[in-house]
Amino acid sequence: MRAFFAFVAGSMFGVGLLVSGMTDTTKVQGWLDLFGDWDPTLAFVMGGAIIPMMIAWAVTRGRQPALGGQFPAPPKAEIGRKLVIGSTLFGMGWGLVGLCPGPAMASLSYGGIGGLVFVGSMILGMLIAPTLNARLDAVPAAT
Amino acid sequence: MEQDWIWGLVGGAIIGSAAAVYLLVNGRIMGASGILGGLVDGSGRSAWLERAAFIVGLVLMPIAFVPLYEEVDTHLTDNMVAVVAAGLLVGIGTRIANGCTSGHGVCGISRLSLRGIVATVFYIFAGGVTIVLFRHILGVI
Repeated sequence: MRAFFAFVAGSMFGVGLLVSGMTDTTKVQGWLDLFGDWDPTLAFVMGGAIIPMMIAWAVTRGRQPALGGQFPAPPKAEIGRKLVIGSTLFGMGWGLVGLCPGPAMASLSYGGIGGLVFVGSMILGMLIAPTLNARLDAVPAAT
Repeated sequence: MEQDWIWGLVGGAIIGSAAAVYLLVNGRIMGASGILGGLVDGSGRSAWLERAAFIVGLVLMPIAFVPLYEEVDTHLTDNMVAVVAAGLLVGIGTRIANGCTSGHGVCGISRLSLRGIVATVFYIFAGGVTIVLFRHILGVI
């Protein structure tokens, strides 16, 4: 059952990304490019996605997931350097070609060789990340 | 196209509903980088079937809808150096930050998570600066 509903959620996510236009890198780069021909679409996608999720988070209060277990713990307040460094690196890659992990996977079937190369490189990056994470953890925090 | 924002809103609502299903039914945060990354580095071994099923749906279901469009193109650059560099940056960055546009963006902002909001500000800012640098100053993308 867990796998079935995960499949349903993944399928909806993929179709939503296609319908929204977010697998088109020109729309993503167009939104990030304030000094070019600015494309507002991404803001509508984000807004459209955040509204159902705000309702979903409200529903979680005092309840348990339908298939049992616990809802995720409340968000941590800590803003560490890993959050800042990682998000900055991610944003650089995102701006460079206009793909983030969701749309990259959703467009694998029609994204050609470039899409495959991107996902392959992303997986390689994910394999390297734990080593870098450990190094960042080892450096004492600046005070 | 003038209707792009409507399709953006509709697609966004489908994305948000997907995240709502994954949260309310499976009790998990729908973050694309986390679901894939946990499989790649083995940290999510315990829930591998759930993760794999999510990714199978994400990768395969869009094909069924592609025929509804006259043309579907990611318009990804032909510059393979940029594609590889971007893939590495996205893979490394999302795992260090523990989230991407779906986890920190959609799921984080909607619960007013400070970490989600800060992450989103940084990756959008970094993306914007990258576009200015590589498109408008260097002219390579």
